[in-house]
Formats: sequence, structure tokens, C-alpha cells
Amino acid sequence: MSDNGTPITSPGTAAQRSAADRTQLQTIVIRFVRHRPAMISLFLLVVIAGFAFLGPLFWKWDHTVSSDILSNQPPGGDHPLGTSSAGHDVLGQLMRGAQQTLKVALTVSLSATAFGSLWGATAGYFGGRTDAIMMRIVDVFLIVPPLVAVAALSGNTSGGTTWATIAVIIALFSWAQIARVVRGVVLSLREQEFVEAAKASGASAPWIIIRHLLPNAAGPIIVAATLLVAIAILMEAGLSFLQFGIQLPDISLGQMIGEARTAVSTRPWTFYPPGVLLVLICLTINFIGDGLRDALDPKQTRVRR
Amino acid sequence: MLVYTVRRILGAIPVLVLASLLTFVMIDVSGDPLAELRMQTPAPTEEVIQQESERLYLDRSMPERYWLWITGVGGNGDIGLLQGEFGPSTQGQQYEIGPAIAERLWTTLRLVGIAMMLALGLAIIAGCVSAMRQYSKLDYTLTFIGFLCLAMPTFWLAGIVQASGVELNQLVGGQVFNTIGDGRYNAEGQPLWDQFANAFAHMALPTLVLMLTSFAQWSRYQRTSMLEVLNSDYVRLARAKGLRNKTVIRRHALRTALIPLTTVFALGVAGIIDGAILTETVFQWRGLGDFFITAVENNDSYALMGWLLLSGVLVILANLIADLLYGVLDPRIRYE
Repeated sequence: MSDNGTPITSPGTAAQRSAADRTQLQTIVIRFVRHRPAMISLFLLVVIAGFAFLGPLFWKWDHTVSSDILSNQPPGGDHPLGTSSAGHDVLGQLMRGAQQTLKVALTVSLSATAFGSLWGATAGYFGGRTDAIMMRIVDVFLIVPPLVAVAALSGNTSGGTTWATIAVIIALFSWAQIARVVRGVVLSLREQEFVEAAKASGASAPWIIIRHLLPNAAGPIIVAATLLVAIAILMEAGLSFLQFGIQLPDISLGQMIGEARTAVSTRPWTFYPPGVLLVLICLTINFIGDGLRDALDPKQTRVRR
Repeated sequence: MLVYTVRRILGAIPVLVLASLLTFVMIDVSGDPLAELRMQTPAPTEEVIQQESERLYLDRSMPERYWLWITGVGGNGDIGLLQGEFGPSTQGQQYEIGPAIAERLWTTLRLVGIAMMLALGLAIIAGCVSAMRQYSKLDYTLTFIGFLCLAMPTFWLAGIVQASGVELNQLVGGQVFNTIGDGRYNAEGQPLWDQFANAFAHMALPTLVLMLTSFAQWSRYQRTSMLEVLNSDYVRLARAKGLRNKTVIRRHALRTALIPLTTVFALGVAGIIDGAILTETVFQWRGLGDFFITAVENNDSYALMGWLLLSGVLVILANLIADLLYGVLDPRIRYE
């Protein structure tokens, strides 16, 4: 965020003018905290993350098949969410599944955002021919339906598809969106005085991009990165559902739905919980993204890309 | 307009070539088309593997193979896009990729096209209603439904809808909606009305699913842009002139507010194709989704390439249509 001493050139917000003694970061935090859906979502997401990462430490069953588990048990008693047809504890699977899903999504979001924003900022800063070529490459990644491309790649790599492989492949097809957003922002930023001042004082292009342009584009980047988490979750789920994602005995939420798909009416307890959890995670992340957008964007009219 | 269209199509060719090169290299690096054959028991002789590898042109280098895939010069006549051949398949010598895609294309395009039109309509209505009644209960409800659909995994919703369809059928005691299969050949040769009813019964539920998961992102754009237009000076002027509300909305506000949607619409097409694959899988259609999944399972590189190329062409076409629509909607834009 821009509280690191770089001159704040984005137009001062109304809140800032009325309370000049607040830093920009404080203003943003206050505005985010006031966004009630976003705060509730943040709380829920933390609870879900705790369930996914800390839950397995406390729960006696994990996601693997155990001979002590009777298969096809409806919820109740020893297994609050029932058991699967193969003899998994659904609650244990749910924890592990959510954990893998979140790990994939966070890795995708971080790596794709880092690469995409560098790419987009470079294209936008240099402009002209460099920009044209770099953005053509972005176009190439945007015209292939991402899920299909990812499935083709990961389904082909026979065996050994761990969550990390899946994350890398999904990231490969998601950075282009970020690059597009960041380029748009940088195109307008680079015309402003502070960039000219930096150039005049002899700053190199990489320095200007990393020290001046990217911090000032932090708002849109953070919002896009948040939304990418939700997109990556749905993509991983779709992939696992088609059985080209995380492989058994490991489990993800999408895979759980895929396994239970033929038993919606006979064993609903295996079908509904992973879906509800997926929807809940994506919903909270989208609301948080919405809250961040409102908090970070002084004009609040920017159309979402 | 015609010159512009031609120029755009010509401009799309390098992107398409680059995209095909990229996917070709990645698919080539990531998998071994002969993996299945090598795993067979009893193990096939070296000769058989050699033969298969030659049939699939795997004995040539990757750049050579890409060139062959595009032009077909120096091949056995079963490869070369410019000659209308998609290449040999790992799924046996009788399996021809081109005709297989063509057979299934209509099934999938029908689903994607209808769902997209309905989703667009729904998005425009929901977005405009939300904007006209900003911060009302209706607005909040529609926004929440939008968020919910945005967060919904397509295949999960499809599963729920399918199960509900089955229950409805049981409740009524007859077949209201078909929950399995695309039913393309079910009513062949029967009167037109029966064909239509058959198609409707098979398509209703999948289309509903795809529509619901696609409309949300568009309706949010529509709401934003409609709000912006409704608060603009010229709409206020139109109201001040004493025009009826209906006229203001239809003639002045809506037309302008549709402009941003045309660009977003094209961006969403790739996503809808993804959604169609998942939906088709749940409802067990014999469409391009099924074609694609079998291709991945069989490490069928040329089939995958054909598929990806086709979807690339579809997305580029959608972009072109969007740009032309842009010109129709926005009189400030002229394509010379």
C-alpha cells in the first residue's frame, strides 16, 4: 500500500479531506471495516480456514479410508456428516478438501498476480511496439477457455498431479487477466508528474515500475487478486470434478462432488456439504473483494474487469 | 464496415496461430500419446509401438510436426489443417477427428448459444431493474442472487437441478424433463412439433444451469453502467423535458448503458464454453464436452488441438461480433 513514503498522487479521498490526520491506509481500513458484508465474510472465511487447516489436528478421522469406518452411514453418532460409499469420514474429507482447495487457490492468486502485474506494468510503461507484442501474447492466453486448457495439460501429465502442479497449471492460464487490468491502470499512471519526476532524476525503468507504478496500482491489483482466488477455486473444483485435478487418495472439494454426483438422492450427505462449503468460500471471497474495491477506489465507479 | 470486418479477421490470424503454437507445444511436452499403448498387457512388441509412433508422426521433431499439422505437406494425407484434416487419432485408425467434432458441434453450440442469449437477456433485465431501484429490497435480492450464482460451481448446480428434475418427474408420474442425454436422434423423422418438444425436454435443465451460472457477472456490469447513465446529465435533461419514464429508460438510458456490456460479453464466452463442458458431463450429453474428455483420457494430442483451435475461433468470432455491435449501439464509433 502507498504508506511507504512514496508520494501519494492519487486524488485525495473525501474521507481524507475531512480527516486530514489519517493516513491513507487508516482510511482504507476504516472504510473496509464499515462494509458490513465484507467484514462478516472475512470472519466466516477465517473460520473456514481454521476448520480446514486446524480442524484435522483435532478430528480423529482423516480423509483416508479406514477399516474402522462403516461405509454408507447417514450422519449421526461417530460421524456427524456420515460416511462415503468407500468408507471415508465425510467430515474428515471435508477438512482436507477445503485445505487443498484453499492452498491451490492462494498459490494461484499470489503467483499469477505477481507475474501478471509485472507483465502488465512493463507493457503499459513502455507502450508502443513492446506493448503491442506483450498484449498480443496476453490475448493468446485469453482466447483459450481456461478450464479446458488446464484440463488438457494436467490430464495429460499421467500420475503425480499434486496440488502444487495443479496450482502452477491454473496460474499459467490466469495471469493474463491480471496483466490486462494492471496495464490499463499503468497506462494512465505513467502520464502523471511523479513518474516524470522519477525519470528526470535518473531512475531506471525497472525501478520506476517496481517502486512507483506498482505501489500506486495496488488498489486494482489487490481487488483483482482477491477475485482470482474465487475464480481459481471454481477452476480447481471443475478440474477435480472431471477427475483431471488432485488424485485419490488425496481429496479436494470438487472431487468429492464428482464422486457423490450419482448419489444425490441416495446419499445426499456426501453431495451437499462439499458444494455448500465451496459456495460459502467463493461467496465470502467475492464479498471481501467487493469491500476492498469500495475501500480502495476513491471514485468507486470503476467498472469491474 | 466490411473493410473493418476483413481487417479484424486478418488481425485475428496471428493471435490464433500463436495460440495454436502455444497449446501445441504445451500438450506435446505434457503428455505421451503412446502411454496407453506401452501400458498394455501383454506388452506390445517394439514393432507395434514403432508403427503407431509413425502413424501419429511421433518419429518427427516437434517443429516439423507443428508444420505438418498446419499444412499437411509431407504427411500421409490424414493431417494438415489447410487441407481440412485434423490429424490421426490415438483412438484407433477408424476414428476421424474432423467428422467427430462436426457431429457434436451442433449439440454443444445449441446449448451454448441459447443459454448465452437467455443469460444476456436476464442480465440486462436484472441489471436495469437493480439500477432503477437502487438500494431497494429488490436490488439487494437480485444482487445477492447474482453473488450466489457467481459463487456456484456449475457442476454442483447441475447436479442439484438434475436431482430436482428426477424428483419432479416422479412427482408428476411422467417424463416432464429428460435428465440424461441430449436426445438428438430420439425424435428423428417424427412431426416437427414432436421434435421440438423432445428437444425442449432434453435441453431445458442444462440450459437453465448454464444460464444461471453465466448471467451474474454480466448483470453486475449492467447494473453499474445503468447507474452511471441514470445519473448523467442528459438523462436528467430528458426527464426535465417531461418525457415519460418509459421513453427515458428505453430510448435514452438503456441504449447507452448497453455499450459496456458488449465488451464484457465477449470476454465471458470462453467461460461459458468451460461451463458447457461441465454441464454436458453431468447431463451425460454426447457433445463436445464428452469428445474433449475422451480425448484427454486417451492422450489424443491432435484431437485436443483441434478442440482448442475450434474454441479459439469461437471466442474470436464472439469478440468480432461484440465489436460490430459496439458500432451499432454507439453512434460515436464508425468503422471505416
